[in-house]
Amino acid sequence: MQLFPCPFCGPRPETEFHFGGDAGNTRPDAAASDSDWTNYLFFKHNRKGPTREIWMHLTCREVFLMARDTVSHEVSATEALGGEA
Amino acid sequence: MSGWRTQSGWAVDRNQSLSFTFDGKTIPAMAGDTVASALLASGNRIVGRGFKYHRPRGFWGAGSEEPNGIADVQGTQHRPNVQMTLEPATEGLRLRSINGHPTAEHDRMAFLDRFARFIPAAFYYKTFMLPDWHLFEPRIRAMAGLGRLDPAAQGFGPSAPVNATCDVLVVGAGPAGLAAARAEAKAGRKVILCDEGALPGGSLLFRPARINGQEGRDWAAAVVGELRALGVRVLSRTTAFGRYDHGLTGLAEAQANGAAPRIWRIRATETILAAGAIERSLPFANNDLPGVMSAEAGLHYLSRFGVAVGRRVVIATTNGSAYDTARALHEVGAVVTLLDLRGGAEAGKHPFRVITGQPIETALGRRQVEAVRLASGERLDADTVLVSGGHTPSVHLYSQAQGKLRWDDGVQAFLPGAPVAGLRVIGAAAGVYDLARILPGQGVEAAAHGGTLALWPRPRAKGRIWLDLQNDVTAKDVELAHRENLTSVEHLKRYTTLGMANDQGKTSNLPGLALMAELTGRSIPETGTTTYRPPFTPVPLASFAGLRSGQLMNPVRRLPLEAEHRADGALFREYGGWLRPAWYGTGGETAEVQREARAARQGVGLFDGSPLGKIEVIGPDAAKFLDFIYYNTMSTLKPGRCRYGFVLTEGGAVFDDGVLVRLEENRFVVSCSSSHVQGMALLLEEWRQDSFDRSRVVIHDTTANYATLTVTGPKSRDLLQAVGFGTLDDLPHMALSYGQFEGDEVRITRVSFTGDRSYELSIRADRALGLWRRLKDAGRAFDAVLLGGEALMILRAEKGYIVVGKDTDGRTRPMDLGVRGPFEKRKGEYLGRRSLHLPAVAAQARDLVGLESLTPLPLPAGAHVVETVAGKRRSRGFVTTSHYSPNLNRPIAMGLLEGGNTRMGEIVTLYHLGHEVQARVAPVCALDPEGRLLDA
Ligand SMILES: [Zn+2]
Repeated sequence: MQLFPCPFCGPRPETEFHFGGDAGNTRPDAAASDSDWTNYLFFKHNRKGPTREIWMHLTCREVFLMARDTVSHEVSATEALGGEA
Repeated sequence: MSGWRTQSGWAVDRNQSLSFTFDGKTIPAMAGDTVASALLASGNRIVGRGFKYHRPRGFWGAGSEEPNGIADVQGTQHRPNVQMTLEPATEGLRLRSINGHPTAEHDRMAFLDRFARFIPAAFYYKTFMLPDWHLFEPRIRAMAGLGRLDPAAQGFGPSAPVNATCDVLVVGAGPAGLAAARAEAKAGRKVILCDEGALPGGSLLFRPARINGQEGRDWAAAVVGELRALGVRVLSRTTAFGRYDHGLTGLAEAQANGAAPRIWRIRATETILAAGAIERSLPFANNDLPGVMSAEAGLHYLSRFGVAVGRRVVIATTNGSAYDTARALHEVGAVVTLLDLRGGAEAGKHPFRVITGQPIETALGRRQVEAVRLASGERLDADTVLVSGGHTPSVHLYSQAQGKLRWDDGVQAFLPGAPVAGLRVIGAAAGVYDLARILPGQGVEAAAHGGTLALWPRPRAKGRIWLDLQNDVTAKDVELAHRENLTSVEHLKRYTTLGMANDQGKTSNLPGLALMAELTGRSIPETGTTTYRPPFTPVPLASFAGLRSGQLMNPVRRLPLEAEHRADGALFREYGGWLRPAWYGTGGETAEVQREARAARQGVGLFDGSPLGKIEVIGPDAAKFLDFIYYNTMSTLKPGRCRYGFVLTEGGAVFDDGVLVRLEENRFVVSCSSSHVQGMALLLEEWRQDSFDRSRVVIHDTTANYATLTVTGPKSRDLLQAVGFGTLDDLPHMALSYGQFEGDEVRITRVSFTGDRSYELSIRADRALGLWRRLKDAGRAFDAVLLGGEALMILRAEKGYIVVGKDTDGRTRPMDLGVRGPFEKRKGEYLGRRSLHLPAVAAQARDLVGLESLTPLPLPAGAHVVETVAGKRRSRGFVTTSHYSPNLNRPIAMGLLEGGNTRMGEIVTLYHLGHEVQARVAPVCALDPEGRLLDA
C-alpha cells in the first residue's frame, strides 16, 4: 500500500484517496469540436514514468496535484491547488 | 521404521507426553515437538503424495521450505494445507494427509506414476481441450490440488490487524538478525524483530557453535532477554510474507485457539532482512523418495527434538555445512557415510567414512530409499540420504522491493545487488554463511561452510530427477519446455508449474533455471530468475479480512428512529447503504405493502426520509456554481423556493436527480437521492475546487445532522395543522417554510415524491423522536399509515417518478426522461452539456415509457423488449420498474425503449427467462396525469 502525502494532512494510505485524472486536462470551452471534447473526456495518457495527476484526499476533501512515478511509485511532490485555502 | 528418538534434544520435554492422529493413526509426541518431528520419531516416512503422479513423499525440510509435509487440520478448527514442519504437536490434533486417497500410506491413485511418461508437463492442457475443457475439469481437479476444504468447518476466528511503525524492522531472529536488532536497540532506535519459528535463534537452535564461550542457543536466549529489556517487540511464529510500496512490510503472526494469523502492517524507516538461506537438493534419479532429506533438516531434528532421522545414513554435499550433520548423527550411533562432492582431502580425517568426488547417480528403493548407487557404480545401503546442494538465500523481500539480484559464483546463488532504499540484507540472506563472519569479534567457534561446488541437473540424465517436489516437476519437464521453445524463465514457470504454490522458489527454482541455462547455452545469470511475489508463505484470506465479517463486512448506516420503527413492527432492508423500514406489520410483504400504498393515497402516510441528501452550498458564488452543476438553470430560483433538476456526468448521462432548495440568496440545499449523497458531495467538491473561486462557495454535507420526516397524502396539511404548524394554506407546492417544535426549528418543504400533497419536515436528528411520535399520535384521527420503502416505490411508480440508477443507466440522458428544455434552450455552460450534442450519444437514445401488462399479472422487471431481426432476438430496451398498483387495481411498469415516444399504443414483446409476454407502450405517468392530487 502506497503512502500519499496530502498537502494538508501529511502522509496517509492510498485507500484514503480518489483519483481525479491527469493534471492539465483542461476542460474545453463551449465551442470545442467533437474530437476535442471526446479527447478531454476519454483520452488518458497512461504515462509510464513521471506523471502529474489530480487527486482528492477523501478525508479532508481537498483536491491537490501530485507528481509521482508510475514505475517506481516514488512520489516527488504534492501541491495544493490555488494555495492554502 | 527408520527414524528414532535419541536421549538428546533440548526442545522437547520427555516428562510431558501427548498424542495426535495422522490419517487416523495415533502418533505419540512430547511437549515441544512439531508434528513433523513426532512423525519422524515414530518412524513414519510417507506423509504425503505427489501432486500429479501420487508418488509417496516424506519430509524434505524442517521449516517453511517444506514441500511435501502438508496436511489438513480436521475438526471444528479445520485449517487446510498446514505445513507439519511448523505446526506444534498438540494433544488431540487430527491431521489428514493431502493428495492421498484414502491415506498417504495407501493411495489408490498411485497407479498414475506408472503412466508418468504419458503425463508430461502441460499434459492436461494439451489433452483435455476438445470439445470443452470444462467436461473434464471436475474429475481432474478432484485428482489434483492440495488439501480439501471441509464445508462443515467454522473457519478461522477473526484476528484484528495491527498497524505499527518503528525505526527498524528486523526480519529473521537468527544470529545475524539478533545481533543487528541488539545493535539498533542499543543505539536508541525503536525495533521490531520477527521470526517464523516458534523460538528465536535460527540456525543456532540446531547448529553447533560457541559464541564468547557460550553455547549458541544460550547466546541467542540471552540476546532475546537483552532485547526485551531494551523494549524491542519480539514476534515469534510471525512470517514477514511480503514487501509492498513505500516501506510497508506485511507480517502474519500465528494465533492459538483457531484464530486466523494476525496481520501486522509495519512501516519501518529501515528494514533489515536477515531471513537466512534455504538448503537445496542434489540432482540424482529418484531424489524424491521418502528418506531423502535436507542435511540441515537432519541436523535440526536431531539436535532440537532428539530425533535421528535414520540409522544407516548417506550424506551428500557440495559444501562444508553437512559435516555438522554427519558428526552429530555419528555421535548418536548412526552409521554415516559422507560424500564430499567437492573432492579434496577430507577422507580419513573423520570418525565416519568420507568418499570424495563421487556423486550419487540414483537412489534405489520402492516406497522409500533403501540404497544409493554412486557414479563409480558402488552401491551403498542406506535408509536415509541427507543432501546439501548449497543454500539459496531468502531474498524474496528484497526482490519484492524491486531490488536487482546478482549472481555469485562462490555460493552458486543469486544475491542482493544494488542497495534498495530503506532495506538492508545481512547474514545468510546476503550469502554470508560462516558464523565467524556474521558475528565478527565475538569469539565464534563454528565449522566453516566454505564455498559451494556448482552441481546442477544435466540434460539427458538417466532416470527421473525431481526439481520441484510439490509440483512434481522433473528435469525432463524442463527439457520438454526447452524443446517447445518455452525458454524464458517466466514461460518455464508457467508451463511446468516449477516453483509455484507454497514453494515460491524456496527449494526448486534454481536447479530448474540452471538446467534451462545449460540447455540454451547461456549462463545462469543470463537466464535470470522469475519475479518473487508475495506471500512468502501462504496467508489465509481470513487474515486479510480481519474483523471485516458479519455486520462489519459492509456496515449499514442506521436511522435515528430505528428503535421506534422496530417497536412499530417494521421489517428492515438495506437501501443504498441505509437500513430502512421496508414495510410495517406481520401480514406478509405483498399484503402489507399494498395496504400501506392504498392507505397513503386515501388519508395520510408517514415516511422516515432521513437519509435524503441535505448538502448545503453556501457563498456569493453559490448560484453561479449550481448553474454549472445542474442541467436546469438554478440561479433564477427565488429564496424560499424549491426546484427539481438533474445533475449530469461530463458524459451527458443522468448522475442524480432531486430537489434544490434556496434557503437564502447565498445558501442552497442539494436534496439528492439518499444513496447518492457521498458521490454527489465528491462531485460538488471536485468542481468547486477545479473551476470556481474556493473562497466564494463552500460545500457542507448536513445529511446526518437532520432527520427528515415526510407527511404525504390528501390529509397531510390537516395533520400538520393539528400538530401545530399553522395552516400552511399559503405554502404552495415547491416552497419552503419554517415551524417550531418544542423549541427546535423545523424546516418544512412542500415537495412530493408520491404525487400527493406532501411535506418534508427536517429537524435536528436527536430531537426527531418527539416530532415523529406527535405525528403518529395526531395521525390516528386521520387514519395515518406508516409507510415503508416498498410502498413508497409503488406510489412514485404510479406517477412515473424515476429512481436514478433503477430507471436510468449509464447512458440515459435527461431528454430520454422527457426533460428537453435546457438541452434546447439553455445558453450557459453546464456539466455534461457538450456531450449531449455528440452524434454518437444521440444515436443510442432510448425513451423512458410506461408499459402496460395485457394480463392481470405484473410484467417481469428486467425483461427485455425484443424484436426478431434476421432470425435472431435483439434487445430494444428493458423493464426498469414493475409493480401491482393498489390504487389503479392493475399492474404498472416503466422501461427504457428505443424510439419509445414514437411507439405509444404499440404492442411489444418482452422476453424473460425463456418466456415471452406482451405489453402495450404507454405514457410513464399512470395515475393522475393532470397533477390534481398535488393540491387535493
Ligand atoms: Zn488531507
